[in-house]
Amino acid sequence: MDAASGAGLGGADPQLQRFIEVETQKQRFQQLVHQMTELCWEKCMDKPGPKLDSRAETCFMNCVERFIDTSQFILNRLEQTQKSKSSFSESLSD
Amino acid sequence: MESGFGSDFGSDFGSGGGGGGKLDPGLIMEQVKRMTDKCFRKCIGKPGGALDNSEQKCIAMCMDRYMDAWNTVSRAYNSRLQRERANM
Repeated sequence: MDAASGAGLGGADPQLQRFIEVETQKQRFQQLVHQMTELCWEKCMDKPGPKLDSRAETCFMNCVERFIDTSQFILNRLEQTQKSKSSFSESLSD
Repeated sequence: MESGFGSDFGSDFGSGGGGGGKLDPGLIMEQVKRMTDKCFRKCIGKPGGALDNSEQKCIAMCMDRYMDAWNTVSRAYNSRLQRERANM
């Protein structure tokens, strides 16, 4: 491998590039699981018992789904707000 | 194409986060911090002169339940990701 192909992360090596992508995704996944577990723990857990009962487990699963729904909702609405804002400012021509 | 990133809580502390040989002390400390916070809130009422038996039992259960919760969340998130990918 010559010096020129080393430019940037992974350089010209698609395998290394792919590896970095996958590892980054894995990390993002882990981070989100940590974040959601923390949040959902507050919502779903009363007093810790000898096992995770089915009601708590269902709550955790719903919590994950609603968290992602919330995130998507926010993204979509922001996108809409931006769109309507830009069309508004376009109509305010000199 | 990966089948998903779901991994067991225990393998979370390996470097790379998805399992592996070396333990990452940074990641472990982060998790200790989280569990300390969560379990202190759930298990300690009015702080006494020492941790009594019931408090210690509660903390132990709390740790196990937190790990159960983590695994549940991990599976649920993974399923959701798969579903989203299938719908694309």
